[in-house]
Amino acid sequence: MNFLLILISLVLIAIVAIQIGKVSDLASKIRGEEEVQEMNNNRQAIYSVIFLIVFLVGVIYSGMHYQNYFLGFGPHTPASAHGGELDSMFKVTLFFTGIVFIITHILLFYFSFKYRGSRQKKASFVAHDTKLEVIWTAIPAVVMAFLVIKGLDAWNEVMADVSPDEEYMEIEATGYQFAWLLRYPGADGLIGEKDFRLISSSNPLGQNWNDSKNHDDMHVDEIVLPVGKKVRVRITSRDVLHNFYLPHFRVKMDAVPGMPTYFVFTPTVTTEEYRKQLKEFDEYNVPSDPEDSSSPLMWESFNFELACAELCGAGHYSMRKLVRIVSQEEYDTWLATQKSFYESTIKGTSDDTFNNSSL
Amino acid sequence: MENTIVKAPQIDETELIEKYGYDDHFHDHHHGDKFQSNFVTTYIFSQDHKMIAKQFLITGMFWAIIGGLMSLVFRLQLGFPDESLAWLKPVLGKWIVVNDAGIGTLAPEFYYALVTMHGTILVFFVLTAGLSGTFSNLLIPLQLGARDMASPLLNMLSYWFFFLAGVIMFISLFLNTGPFSGGWTAYPPLSALPLASTGSGAGMTLWVLSLVFFVVSVLLGGINYITTVLNLRTKGMSMWRMPLTIWAFFITAIIGLLSFPVLVSAFLLVMFDRGLGTSFFLSEIFIGGQALDHVGGSPVLYQHLFWFLGHPEVYIIILPAMGIVSEVLSVHSRKPIFGYKAMVFSILAIAFLSFIVWAHHMFMSGVNPFISNIFVIFTLIIAVPSAVKVFNWISTLYKGNIRFNPASLFAIGFVSMFISGGLTGIFLGNSAIDIQMHDTYFVVAHFHIVMGVAAFFGMFAGIYHWFPKMYGRFMNDTLGKVHFWGTMIGAYAVFWPMHYTGMAGVPRRYYRFDTFETFSHFTELNQFITIAAIATFGFQILFVINFFYSIWNGKKMTVKNPWKANTLEWTTPIETGHGNWPGKLPAVQRWSYDYSKDEEVDYIPQIVPLAEGEKESDH
Repeated sequence: MNFLLILISLVLIAIVAIQIGKVSDLASKIRGEEEVQEMNNNRQAIYSVIFLIVFLVGVIYSGMHYQNYFLGFGPHTPASAHGGELDSMFKVTLFFTGIVFIITHILLFYFSFKYRGSRQKKASFVAHDTKLEVIWTAIPAVVMAFLVIKGLDAWNEVMADVSPDEEYMEIEATGYQFAWLLRYPGADGLIGEKDFRLISSSNPLGQNWNDSKNHDDMHVDEIVLPVGKKVRVRITSRDVLHNFYLPHFRVKMDAVPGMPTYFVFTPTVTTEEYRKQLKEFDEYNVPSDPEDSSSPLMWESFNFELACAELCGAGHYSMRKLVRIVSQEEYDTWLATQKSFYESTIKGTSDDTFNNSSL
Repeated sequence: MENTIVKAPQIDETELIEKYGYDDHFHDHHHGDKFQSNFVTTYIFSQDHKMIAKQFLITGMFWAIIGGLMSLVFRLQLGFPDESLAWLKPVLGKWIVVNDAGIGTLAPEFYYALVTMHGTILVFFVLTAGLSGTFSNLLIPLQLGARDMASPLLNMLSYWFFFLAGVIMFISLFLNTGPFSGGWTAYPPLSALPLASTGSGAGMTLWVLSLVFFVVSVLLGGINYITTVLNLRTKGMSMWRMPLTIWAFFITAIIGLLSFPVLVSAFLLVMFDRGLGTSFFLSEIFIGGQALDHVGGSPVLYQHLFWFLGHPEVYIIILPAMGIVSEVLSVHSRKPIFGYKAMVFSILAIAFLSFIVWAHHMFMSGVNPFISNIFVIFTLIIAVPSAVKVFNWISTLYKGNIRFNPASLFAIGFVSMFISGGLTGIFLGNSAIDIQMHDTYFVVAHFHIVMGVAAFFGMFAGIYHWFPKMYGRFMNDTLGKVHFWGTMIGAYAVFWPMHYTGMAGVPRRYYRFDTFETFSHFTELNQFITIAAIATFGFQILFVINFFYSIWNGKKMTVKNPWKANTLEWTTPIETGHGNWPGKLPAVQRWSYDYSKDEEVDYIPQIVPLAEGEKESDH
């Protein structure tokens, strides 16, 4: 029935469209094609200018409206040490491209309006202008060179690995369909070996229990990090490609099966501090659940999140983990409550290959 | 620039061709009739390039409608995730899951299948075959003064391989396990392991098979285009006298010929990994409760192979549109294209650079960050020839005498889209910004505007402009203009807001946004985008109606050269037969852009000899 209705309305629209079309054909027959074309030129030229104005106003207005989502604007400030460089790169690029965008659009539609066709006018035979062409090749080249240099400067700093004498902590994130497994090193600060062949329901990462570095490794439910401490995330995958994505920290890196990747960053704001920053903005002072006005305000319930940013299958959109940035003391307290996976779950069971081999 | 006043002799085209033309004894052979004697050889297995062009166009339109409808279905899911889609059950069957309360939702696997199919269909079947296939076929022989393609047979095969590819892809839509759902890039391991996704089973096999046939089609077409351009130019048609359309199609064909085979090699290796137990792209995988035997492969290797095609592919899509826009803008503003040589050199520069920027799709894929330095440099260099092209199009309008019709409007709209989408490429090409923007809606906005909408605009400009040449009738002007303004406003309404969600960090390829607090701020904006998409699609229906109605009932063409254009296709008879020119082939006397050079007539066709004392335009 629905289908029939849609079909009927489509046919009706088609008939209306064809009739409108016929009318315009008729007009050109009566008035003469040239005159109709000239009237049409005038009309379209005016539409061009109206479009230009509406478009530019729309772009600027919507940009202002959503400015709090621009990188580095309003509450959308980075929570990591390197994030600021990315955001300033973004702003510089926005500045240059914004200028070009506005100027070229004004010229494009203004020329369309100004040089609309008329029987009284004739176009000029202007085929090229070497000087002009050299100038407008050189200007983008210079701007691009500037952006490349500034961009690569930031890139190489952000992507640099830790140097041997540096103090940092290492954690591991492993993606699988469809969640993240998080592993923290124990007191030794080292993550134990693993092998995908050892993976089983009791050993989700395939840790090798003969490697004593594994004995104090902890499996945790959320990423908790002390503020101001450099962290190197080792990113791995158990099955297909995933992507370790922390939007607030400007962190993104693929998780590749068979090839560990890493991302080094330093959190600079605690979750609490970031919430306080958000409090200043109206859009975060509304109930987090729009249906329930007694629910906590958005800034109160705010949390950093870990997401997946590489298509990994049907559950790609649901690989969420919380990220908490806390003070060193809070971190130490939290860490003390975490138990070694080996000690709590494996030791002494039939899965404990370490015991078996030592017997 | 000297403003020479010439008094070009305006003589009847037929007389000019008779007087100066090249006699290839066309009538002595009668091969026109041999190839087009009955219904089947005229309309189905035709070897006439004009008919093959129409076949490509109409098949492309069919796929555009399918691909467009798919996007509407998944946009409904994204804009209105809690509304019932049960009414789609009669069409989509088990992919709509209806719960006890009668609320129907799109199954996530099928959402991903729709996204994948939308991408594959639009990129390959519509914007490669439908655009390049249509206009290269139609215009290369006509604008060069050739009777047909170098090999009409290969040309016919090119279409039928494309058709076969389409049939296979269409069949895959009806598989029990669903069509392939791992994204149009088909990254392994997801695409290689049926355990990872239902669509990676039979769906992936048919997807690969279809695209291999598609590549065969592109290669057969490409060889033909290149050979025709190099060998079948008529007397006097030097390379520097060719219209920019031909330059664009020529370079596009070369890019396709060099890059598509690499895609096939990547597909072949994926199929080996799937069926023969090799480990080119697979390593250390635990899935479905078992550890697989594959060790030592690299998924990143596939990405290198894929993007070695994938990046040139976007230029395969956009260059023909650029060529069409250059020609249409010049004809309708009654001015030579500004900086003809600069236009050609920027096409060449873009084509060359397109081969050495592929890894800018892979900044965050785990490749060594040092490598990215080189790809950032080359990527941002592309902005220079692209900027030159934009400035030249704008200058073409300057001091013109612009005739507004759907063709020229779409050409102007193309320039606007290319600017908007091109500028966001400067953000993404810079790896530092790409850390945050990669795989977000910012990317979706960027490529849809710069190669999706822009390429469509180029295609529409071409269709409205050359429709009279194809069918001997005009498309309706008023409907065309409504189509233009609706599409222009609609396309910006759909894609512009995606920049904002992308900057906020919302990742692409998400089935819902409310699973993350960070990504759930845009409920209303997503509804707006969905409504705008439906409206924009409605305007395309208007175009389809106009197109098919005009084939049989459009205003008839009464003069050979309705746009007063210089190029050779407008010297053929209104009812252009097989072989294009009834007698001699036209001889070319000047370049294709002598508009408003003469003080009385504002165009001098290429077949008109230089007037006494006239210097050939120094371009």
